[in-house]
Amino acid sequence: MSREQQVLDRIERIRRRKPVIREERITLAHGAGGKATQTLIEAVFLEAFRNPLLAPLDDGALLRLGDGQLAFTTDSYVVSPLFFPGGDIGDLAVNGTVNDLAMCGARPAHLSAGFILEEGFPVADLRRITDSMAAAAAAAEVTIVTGDTKVVQRGKADGCYITTAGVGLVEQPVTLSAAHARPGDAVIVSGPIGEHGAAIMLARGDFDIEAPITSDTAPLHGIVSELLEALPQHVRALRDATRGGVATVLNEVARASEVAVVLREDQIPVRPEVTGVCELLGLDPLYVACEGRFVAVVDGEHAGPALEILRSHPLGADAAIVGTVAAAPAGLVLLRTAFGGTRVVDVLVGDPLPRIC
Amino acid sequence: MRFVDEFRDADRARALAARIAARCRPGRRYTFMEVCGGHTHTIYKHGLEDHLPPEVNLVHGPGCPVCVIPMGRVDDAIHIARQPDVIMTSFGDMTRVPGGAGSFLDAKAAGADIRMVYSPLDALKIARANPDRRVVFMAIGFETTAPSTAMTVLRAAEEGLANFSVFCNHVMIIPAIKAILDSPDLRLDGFIGPGHVSAVIGCEPYEFIARDYGKPMVVAGFEPLDILASVHMLLGQLAEGRCEVENQYARVVPWHGNRVALSAIGRVMRLRPHFEWRGLGFIAHSALAMADEYAAFDAERIFDLPGVRVADPKSCQCGEVLKGVLKPWECKVFGTACTPETPIGTCMVSSEGACAAYYNFGRFSREQMRAAAREPLAEEASRA
Repeated sequence: MSREQQVLDRIERIRRRKPVIREERITLAHGAGGKATQTLIEAVFLEAFRNPLLAPLDDGALLRLGDGQLAFTTDSYVVSPLFFPGGDIGDLAVNGTVNDLAMCGARPAHLSAGFILEEGFPVADLRRITDSMAAAAAAAEVTIVTGDTKVVQRGKADGCYITTAGVGLVEQPVTLSAAHARPGDAVIVSGPIGEHGAAIMLARGDFDIEAPITSDTAPLHGIVSELLEALPQHVRALRDATRGGVATVLNEVARASEVAVVLREDQIPVRPEVTGVCELLGLDPLYVACEGRFVAVVDGEHAGPALEILRSHPLGADAAIVGTVAAAPAGLVLLRTAFGGTRVVDVLVGDPLPRIC
Repeated sequence: MRFVDEFRDADRARALAARIAARCRPGRRYTFMEVCGGHTHTIYKHGLEDHLPPEVNLVHGPGCPVCVIPMGRVDDAIHIARQPDVIMTSFGDMTRVPGGAGSFLDAKAAGADIRMVYSPLDALKIARANPDRRVVFMAIGFETTAPSTAMTVLRAAEEGLANFSVFCNHVMIIPAIKAILDSPDLRLDGFIGPGHVSAVIGCEPYEFIARDYGKPMVVAGFEPLDILASVHMLLGQLAEGRCEVENQYARVVPWHGNRVALSAIGRVMRLRPHFEWRGLGFIAHSALAMADEYAAFDAERIFDLPGVRVADPKSCQCGEVLKGVLKPWECKVFGTACTPETPIGTCMVSSEGACAAYYNFGRFSREQMRAAAREPLAEEASRA
């Protein structure tokens, strides 16, 4: 074995060790969805709350109640700005939780909504947010059945934060998990990536860049249930590609399933406007958040039919097979670049774009 | 996308790769240094080394602005940022660079007001919006970014903005290249010259490299085909026994540089007698400070700085990596004690740092990666 390979093997062994949190204080990197977030979750939250339902760290927990199976999930929303092209914090808070339930293979049913409001926040803005939550809930066929309100002094919060939780019923006989990918599986994304993140960045107005990009925020339960109804046994894993983007989600799959994911850069759908913004700002669209796209890992032999089902749904018209699952090198995401080279797609340490959702 | 895709075309890359392979003398090894961190990033991001024959070896040079900032300067910047009325502004790359006691990110978590900007003009905007606060811009970078800092100071002076200042850490590429050429443990066959720096200083300042040191240089653009073309040009010089400075990036780099940018630097800044570079030590006349006429905008004079020199951690071999003597993975702490999450050395911080680029993009056996990457997509398999 070459000396370089020995060094690389040693690094892999170290990467598999239990994460240790070294910082004395929380930094923005801990909320960015990358390695620092992973470390925080595993070293603090999982350590404190460890139980078999939490341990898989999937998008939600699956609870067996009587004969039925319930999916349960929660998410907080701190996006800045509150209103952006294509949506606002309200529909994001509904769709995000609906999508987490959909990724568990569940039909979303009921949501809770908790509000943390800053003293002085305009009631008109709050109405705008609740109106869009109501519309999003109606579109996703869920009801908001319980809630909570807290108000904090001016300066102690930034306008409005929302936490939603949701429950849904798992009606299909499916077992979805990031740990179920196998060599030979196909990796599909449901549409062009990076639009939510790019829209938020531009909406902040920090850059003098104008581009017609709107957030992709959308409820995914419909398109997912069509896929699962048609191929209940052949879908291995579903993940919505939110914080950290498609790259982070696929790293979770590669790690949990101990497989390699091999992507083809020239097959990954990205709208030219998003490519352009990312080029200007030095970002990689693979890491930019989506709020209405998901990644499906599907049995390779059923990839064609799966793609057809997705493409026949309005939210999946531009779905594409972007890669395959291979046995080795386990735990890694590789990218065959459009330039004809190969590289690793790692999890970012932190994200240069905080408060994207 | 136009102006991007044509420089990343795989078919052209393969054609160029074949011409590169044909120019290599079998059994001879060619070692070229890409001076600029932007090139290092491009090489890894596109998997460019897959197109190079085994005879050609690229080593990564010192041209990563973040990587060369010594720890003591980070501590000084954090000292400024901790003053209660200060807003420190910085490029995002800088925020995770470790000083003697933590990084900007740590200082921010402990209460300092540190904000990320994309341009010094954004810092100026913050200064206008916060007249009761002192706004400091952490200026880093080579001649590439120095003009924008200089123009910003000129603008601040014009507007009479009294609450804006610059903590100037601008460095210059020529002294760094000279330090590398004078380093005894160096074996290089040529340089891939920095494109953006050269857009400002031009190609003339490099002529001593060919004339006095006998090393060819090709100034290159930042797209992967630019770099392949530059390797091809370097091999051409060696094959024909030529040794000169050539300009592959003529679509951006004028031979004589950008006079307007240079004169802005000349007005606002002056040469420091010496400056410490991370890993390379003190290099004479290698950095810029604010000129006396603009002392009012000079954070070094406004604030009382500790100015304590902090020795690089003993285990850190950034210096050898910056000089291209060691490959990143040959460093004793690479990937074990020093990772992008907990960097010891600056080369592991910036996306342009050789260690971070290698760790994030190229960390794995190329044979294994190539084998895995050859698997066809499901769609192709079903068609075949």
